[in-house]
Amino acid sequence: MESMENMTRRERMNLDSLGERFGMEVATAWDAGGDLSLTVHRDLLIPLMRFLKEDEAWDCNLLVDLCGVDYLPMTPRFGVVYHLCSLRHGRRLRVKVALPEDDPVADSCVSLWPGADWMERECHDLFGIVFRGHPDLRRILLPPDFVGHPLRKDFPLEGLAG
Amino acid sequence: MSATTMEINLGPHHPSTHGVLRVVLELDGETVVNAHPDIGFLHRGIEKLAEYRTYHQFIVLSDRLDYLAALSNNLAYVTTIEKLMGIEVPRRALYVRVALAELQRIASHLFWLGTHAHDLGAMTPLFYALREREAIMDIFESLTGSRLTPSYLRIGGLAADIDGDFIAAVQAFTASFATRVAEYETLLTENPIWRARTRGVGVLTADECLALGVTGPMLRSAGCDWDIRKAYPYSAYEEFHFEIPTGRQGDVYDRYLVRIREMGESARIVDQAVAGLPEGPWVAAEARTAFPDKERVATDIAAMIRHFGLVMEGFNAPPGEVYHAVESPRGELGFYVISNGGPRPWRLRVRPPSFVNLQGLVAMLRGRLLSDAVAVIGAIDIVLAEVDR
Repeated sequence: MESMENMTRRERMNLDSLGERFGMEVATAWDAGGDLSLTVHRDLLIPLMRFLKEDEAWDCNLLVDLCGVDYLPMTPRFGVVYHLCSLRHGRRLRVKVALPEDDPVADSCVSLWPGADWMERECHDLFGIVFRGHPDLRRILLPPDFVGHPLRKDFPLEGLAG
Repeated sequence: MSATTMEINLGPHHPSTHGVLRVVLELDGETVVNAHPDIGFLHRGIEKLAEYRTYHQFIVLSDRLDYLAALSNNLAYVTTIEKLMGIEVPRRALYVRVALAELQRIASHLFWLGTHAHDLGAMTPLFYALREREAIMDIFESLTGSRLTPSYLRIGGLAADIDGDFIAAVQAFTASFATRVAEYETLLTENPIWRARTRGVGVLTADECLALGVTGPMLRSAGCDWDIRKAYPYSAYEEFHFEIPTGRQGDVYDRYLVRIREMGESARIVDQAVAGLPEGPWVAAEARTAFPDKERVATDIAAMIRHFGLVMEGFNAPPGEVYHAVESPRGELGFYVISNGGPRPWRLRVRPPSFVNLQGLVAMLRGRLLSDAVAVIGAIDIVLAEVDR
């Protein structure tokens, strides 16, 4: 893979430190644009995020974005994708976590990045994903009495759920 | 709410909220104890619509996110798809894109300046700011046929080459623009009322901005020189000389100064882009995404079939995912696209700067006076169509 060959020595060391800390629990891949993508089990999401934020070599101080994905009909059906950025190292990073259809629950990142608040609410609103530990998990874009989660693939483009 | 406080609605129908933003303010006398922003009135489900549109069809929807900076949205979207497809865009198209994106930044900042000053009681700057914005709108209209929703960029290049008087019109604009900015400054920068209303109001430190994800002029006004045009140059920005203006206090006044100086830097970039405009093609004609020349569509059956295919079915993007961001007038505007190999995105996510920046509102309002709320909301520079999508 081209982007892997272009990796600097420093980045390779970073990946080694990630491997030492999390072993085989974190899968790494590069996307078409050359960005690094980490996939992790949801139980390790917060430890990994805390490590990426607080470790000097990663220093991901900015949570750029957080969004849900519905992979229907694949299992596990849902995913949450986080985009992180380190201003100091000028590096972008993607973290992905998969969630099963019958239990779409992930831990909240609000304690690490307060900015995750509205993003998690939006993800909850449009995908029905629950963020455990979120201080105020309500709908944000749609009215409180709205039924269904429109960005799910089984929600129709026109009309309402059910 | 306690016995000594009262709740009032600011918006959704209030001119100072710049659209349909509702903020429920809990007041103790005139002091804001707490604020609850209520958004979503303008939600149109653009991310859902994107899943039912071909990649080309989404360009017109991207105009309708941030309608004060539609060309920035066009640019962010098409560069994302080009990254996904691995398309190399001709340099002439890159330069035109930079010129348009920077003109758009000036137009957006001008609109912000006029309305924000108006909110705070300064009527005059609005007329001057809109006069210059109108000149940019005329340039857009003459080039693209539309003032607010140009949809001028295509995946792989531009919709058409620039026409004869574009360069002259742009140069006429930039030649006088520096003196115009100086005029705005004589109205506001040293104005004691303006300073009293804006200095020390709505302070967010750089660390607070980063914790909340706040980017763009708000982050730079707090002293952090983070700008995606420098940090991750796209569309040949690395070939242009410009500074990143920063402030120190992170208050409403510094946001004003940062935006004023950004307009000057943008004019410098526009000048360089039209002066150094490379000759050559304006669209990657060999790319699968490119529409054939209109003249050939009428005379060449292969070109006609190709045109028909692109319009009716679109093109297939390779499976994969990609994130790409640009520095819009409001901050980091990103698109995250997941492709399953078909002609429509499986998932298209907009990373909206307005939505994320608006999260800073509550922290900036608490403990301040009610009259500061108008200054603080204005200084975030939100576009509700982008907040709600």
